[in-house]
Amino acid sequence: MRLRETVIERSLLIASLSSVGVLALIALFVFIEGTPIIFREGVLPFLFGHRWAPTKGDFGILPMIVGSVWVTIGALVIAGPLGVACSVLLVEIAPRKVSDLMRPAIQLLAGIPSVVYGFVGIIVLVPLIRETLGGPGLSILAAAVILGTMVLPTVISISQDALEAVPNSYREGALALGLTQWQAITRVVLPAARGGIAAALVLGMGRAIGETMAVIMVVGNATGLPHSPLQPARTLTSNIALEMAYATGGHREALFATGVVLFLFIMALNTLAHLPSRRRGER
Amino acid sequence: MRTSRQSSQSDGHATEVRPGSVPRPGGVPLGLDRRIGPAALCVAIALLAGCPRPQSAGLTVAGSSSVQPIAEMLADRYMAQHPGTQVNVQGGGSSAGISAALSGAAGIGMSSRHLKPDETGLQTFVLARDAIVLIVHPANPIKSLTTAQARGVFSGHLRRWDQLGGVSHEITCITREEGSGTRGAFEELVMGQDTEISPGAIVQDSTGAARAIVAGDRNAIAYVSLGMVTDEVAAVTLDGVRPTHETVVRGQYQMTRPFLLLTRGQPSAAARAYLDYVVRPECRQIIADEGYIPVTAGQTP
Repeated sequence: MRLRETVIERSLLIASLSSVGVLALIALFVFIEGTPIIFREGVLPFLFGHRWAPTKGDFGILPMIVGSVWVTIGALVIAGPLGVACSVLLVEIAPRKVSDLMRPAIQLLAGIPSVVYGFVGIIVLVPLIRETLGGPGLSILAAAVILGTMVLPTVISISQDALEAVPNSYREGALALGLTQWQAITRVVLPAARGGIAAALVLGMGRAIGETMAVIMVVGNATGLPHSPLQPARTLTSNIALEMAYATGGHREALFATGVVLFLFIMALNTLAHLPSRRRGER
Repeated sequence: MRTSRQSSQSDGHATEVRPGSVPRPGGVPLGLDRRIGPAALCVAIALLAGCPRPQSAGLTVAGSSSVQPIAEMLADRYMAQHPGTQVNVQGGGSSAGISAALSGAAGIGMSSRHLKPDETGLQTFVLARDAIVLIVHPANPIKSLTTAQARGVFSGHLRRWDQLGGVSHEITCITREEGSGTRGAFEELVMGQDTEISPGAIVQDSTGAARAIVAGDRNAIAYVSLGMVTDEVAAVTLDGVRPTHETVVRGQYQMTRPFLLLTRGQPSAAARAYLDYVVRPECRQIIADEGYIPVTAGQTP
């Protein structure tokens, strides 16, 4: 009996270690492939170079960094207020029947493949932007709207959990002191859950910056620095996915180096997302 | 499971979780949470399973994704008529095809561009010729350009259709990604040595996607293979010559590129048999039906 326990414990340990190990291997591989060219080209020229023409030896990824940041911020501007408002409705206001219906629907939103989002974007959103706002339609705005929709489930479900974690005594106390329900939500519950809501937003950003397929389809992928939300741009992820098929030599290394930068971005966002709660835990 | 409250007035049980703590996400895939480990493991296993197995007795034809469709059709036909033979067709791009032929990883490499001066040691066979055609929306009044105008449009010097006598609207240029053989051919034939495709141009990673955008946008222009021109888009007359099968065969339409088959040194027996097969009349008919211009095979320098 004891032996069996030990065997099971060990195999569970190996299984969990292997997933961490795979992550470490991926990181190692990307860094080994990608860092040499960053140092060969110089860190500053690589990160802040305006020109990306890898077959001619120009490896400046500033336009992609700017593109990723614009698209991600745009997605957050759309998904942030919508997502938090939706979670407040689900946790604080909506009757049980409504929230029971909405929760699975929101989960379903997360299960739609990204290529489907991209396709809807191309068929519906891009022509709409082209006809009403001008420009080519394939643009930062289109990508931000599509990504905003895609990260909504992440933002909603994590901020929902944060709101549910606020003890009911807070609400009861607020109402007992004569606050209206709206005041109780805005003055007491939301501030109490702000750490978790911030984490929801940052994790949503992490998901937005890493999304590839839907972005490639609607963002236009131009290598120039974008000057307006109606212009096409290229993100770090779409740069890798677009050119990987044909890339050789230095071009290939430069794409791995783009992956290194993306990796650092996502690591930073995830660390940021877990900071507030850790600090709270120590208190 | 935590109980979900109906409203703040309800007397639900207070949960023991501290406010503001990061809760476990419920079934939502996140950027880098713990689920990525098993997922990555699955991917790694799939990749291992897909690793190149030791070469069987078959012939591998690898390279340009532009040549790939006709190569696949020819290979299917060849295998049907020669039972027991195996021809594997793989994509990967012209550069990959050239290096695969050089390294011997593929018996025959495919390229949709001329070899560069440093790519030596290969025998080349011209399978077909392909024309690069500029396409616009059928409603666009501009149906004719000179090479210089096309260069101006794609380099970003000509930004509006009215500069070419068309509508008062900005031009939306659509190009292919770096490394694409079609882009390489377009750069070689139209842009020349000194001018570059504008960084403001929209980049698409397939001919089909570029064509779909032009079909939907009155102000867009793109370049595609002659075989990819459909009724949804209008082919642009270049320097006074309409791009058609006939004008390409007669040599009037100049913007063409070769589809090359490559072997390292003299072709092996299997490669030789295949190379002899693909120049038969019925194969040339298949190539012509796909919109490319078959060439009587012969070695070119």
